[in-house]
Amino acid sequence: MKFAVIQFPGSNCDQDCLYVLRDILKQEAVLLWHDSADLQNADCIILPGGFSYGDYLRTGACAARSPIMKAVSAFADRGGLVLGICNGFQILCEAGLLPGVLMRNKNLKFICDDCSLTLERTDTPFTARYKPGAKIDMPIAHMDGNYYIDDAGLKRLEKNNQIVFRYANNPNGAKADIAGIINEKGNVLGLMPHPERASEEVLGGKEGLELFQSIILSLRA
Amino acid sequence: MSTLTKDEHQRVVKAIGREPNAIESGIFTVMWSEHCCYKSSKRYLKQFPTTGSRVLLGPGENAGILDIGDGIAIAFKIESHNHPSFIEPYQGAATGVGGILRDIFTMGARPVALMDSLHFGERSHPRTQYLLDGVVSGIGGYGNCMGIPTIGGETHFQECYNGNILVNAFALGVMRSNKIFKGIAKGVGNPVILVGSKTGRDGIHGASMASGAFDADSQSKRPTVQVGDPFTEKKLMEACLEAFQIEGAIIGIQDMGAAGFTCSSFEMSARADTGMVLHLDKIPLRETGMTPYEIMLSESQERMLLVAPKGREAELKKVFEKWELEFAVVGEVIAEKKVQGFFNGEKVFELPVKPVTDEAPIYERAVASPQNGRGLSPLGPIPPMLHPRTYQDDEKFIWSQYDHMVGANTIVGPGADAAVIRIRENGALIAMTVDSKARWCFADPYWGAVHTVAEAARNLSCVGALPIGVTDCLNFGNPENPEIMWELAECCRGLAEACRRFETPVTGGNVSLYNETEGKSIWPTPVVAMVGLLPVGVNPVTSEFKEDGDLIYKIGLVTGDQGLEKTIPPLDWDLELKVQTFCREAIAKGLLQSAHDDPEIPSQIVVSLKPENETKFVALAHTNQCPLTKKGVVVPGTKY
Repeated sequence: MKFAVIQFPGSNCDQDCLYVLRDILKQEAVLLWHDSADLQNADCIILPGGFSYGDYLRTGACAARSPIMKAVSAFADRGGLVLGICNGFQILCEAGLLPGVLMRNKNLKFICDDCSLTLERTDTPFTARYKPGAKIDMPIAHMDGNYYIDDAGLKRLEKNNQIVFRYANNPNGAKADIAGIINEKGNVLGLMPHPERASEEVLGGKEGLELFQSIILSLRA
Repeated sequence: MSTLTKDEHQRVVKAIGREPNAIESGIFTVMWSEHCCYKSSKRYLKQFPTTGSRVLLGPGENAGILDIGDGIAIAFKIESHNHPSFIEPYQGAATGVGGILRDIFTMGARPVALMDSLHFGERSHPRTQYLLDGVVSGIGGYGNCMGIPTIGGETHFQECYNGNILVNAFALGVMRSNKIFKGIAKGVGNPVILVGSKTGRDGIHGASMASGAFDADSQSKRPTVQVGDPFTEKKLMEACLEAFQIEGAIIGIQDMGAAGFTCSSFEMSARADTGMVLHLDKIPLRETGMTPYEIMLSESQERMLLVAPKGREAELKKVFEKWELEFAVVGEVIAEKKVQGFFNGEKVFELPVKPVTDEAPIYERAVASPQNGRGLSPLGPIPPMLHPRTYQDDEKFIWSQYDHMVGANTIVGPGADAAVIRIRENGALIAMTVDSKARWCFADPYWGAVHTVAEAARNLSCVGALPIGVTDCLNFGNPENPEIMWELAECCRGLAEACRRFETPVTGGNVSLYNETEGKSIWPTPVVAMVGLLPVGVNPVTSEFKEDGDLIYKIGLVTGDQGLEKTIPPLDWDLELKVQTFCREAIAKGLLQSAHDDPEIPSQIVVSLKPENETKFVALAHTNQCPLTKKGVVVPGTKY
């Protein structure tokens, strides 16, 4: 089993993801540089948080058009597991792998805070280890986490059961309190909160770790 | 904007034996500016203790370095960006963060934490909210993008900062103790290489702007403020850290901050006792038509100057190109101790190194204590720095805009007595705090400065960390005013004495003078950033009460609860040290649930503990000869 974390020049949570995968979960994990198209036979691709190419344009807009994202799209089409965290979620939306878009936070400011989430689904490869309906604490840290989708799109998300995480107390104005969604096929997950920052008791909790453990579980199956 | 005085000009003529041309005059102006050469403060800084068993590198380089064991060291420094932040708060604060981060990674360290000390004008002043908004989002905008957590800091509001806000940024990095990089231009014939951003017209004369007082036209100085690009700096940081890993490929490196190309080329030459030939037309430019004068004085951000062994250029170039950065060989090291600049084949300046770097005038400015003293009573009660309720609102407003968790090493984040970060390389826990007591320093600069250091040390002791070093930022008014010089002299005397007593060497810092607008100076505001180390295996303690039924004790004397009403009390050195030592020992033994001090009351810490630990706790206090008072029991809703 092999994880790959994509490294854009402005990624800044890539090392944190690697740390959780390698040091805490003892998994094989590699970094993939943004201008390559070789996914090195990874079983799960992680798009980490950060500022990919500076995000001076709309966040994730440039990264969605990078060489590696073409490979990631093809990988996702083949059913490969793709996890986008924060900036990674923004990139997945910009790349069209997930519906909707992340807009600037409602208060127009960067928000870094602890966050309480409600889990809507435990039947995904990313959430199988959680208890149904669990309350999960994971921090957020973003300027553009205000998820938007039009009403028809929202209906579709709800009908297909694609909403995986909702904020207990909506911090950023996201539509329908959406913190994380999955694609229809169920192999691409994007979320604004940072599971890799909630993977050790000493950092205040490890409820994010179960997300990575869920992936390992489903890849083993 | 300050320029060379008549006397200074004469000094230049004497040093180089002729009239300087316009570029040369510009070089002297910035290098001899207060910001770059500390001409008013140098003689007072000399008294700071700068040595100790952990000190690997003291003042004089981009950042000081302390050994924390296991072959690991920490580099840290605090710097001001006051003047630019007042003129253009977002970019001023952002580039303040950018500058201090470059100071850290230029040493070979990976930055892992930021803190800041902010002083704004009174809450009701029409510009305060604008400045607060801009500064906070500027700090966040830069640090968040770089992926360096901002884990601590302090914010004050007071009328004396209405026309001169203070923005001091602190950064700390981690490195191998045997891989320290310095700004030296060694090895005749070696290439001088500029990496990072292109050079533009921004920030020209920033250093000399920062060395002058403000007047009604300060808004017109906006073009002297640099513009930050954190994405490029992130790439520059990663590229430099990657290049440092190539054995022997970098001989010397220096960040191009204040006075940009001028400062880095002259200082690197001075440290190696060499010189440089520079080809200014080889520098990648952001716009056409830039003159050699503008190129030498540009303060464009995100640039570094490095010297490599001849023949290693290609290896380095590969790294910087991977990170999509400029890489230009712009000159070479020469034996002759002078820096020569050529532009399109024509020599445009030539100056001997030493007069520029080492022969800047040192002023013995007039010092005069205020006639009637500064006791608080003759002035009436000095208004408090801020209203506590407002402060908490502001705190949340500020902290939530900083990513304080990126890096996944923040053990104790913002809002605590001291922040604590884990050093993953060896598992060590480093505590840090940044403190100032301007109101106390105004009333009594000597004791105020002493109390500032004591409070910083107490904050570290409250989380269980042993203080090991200090970096300071001295923010004062106009040094040409003898009373301001008295404040500076007294504060330095206090800082030096206190740093000796707490055994916290000063490893570097920064002086910001001319914090004066239309004749009104700020209060003397020495800001102390102190770093501490937790013993192996000890968990840091935080300030809030944990469980109902826990016992509350006050360590130290109960007197002094009234705070300062009449005068600044002298610090009871012996008691303060006892209180702090005992607190640390109790935490190390796992006896405490919480510890917290009140910044207004010296030599006192309020702690809580589980009832079953009371006997051991009281016994330990006796061993340490530390006075104790039992204050009660934690019940729901108990607050300090």
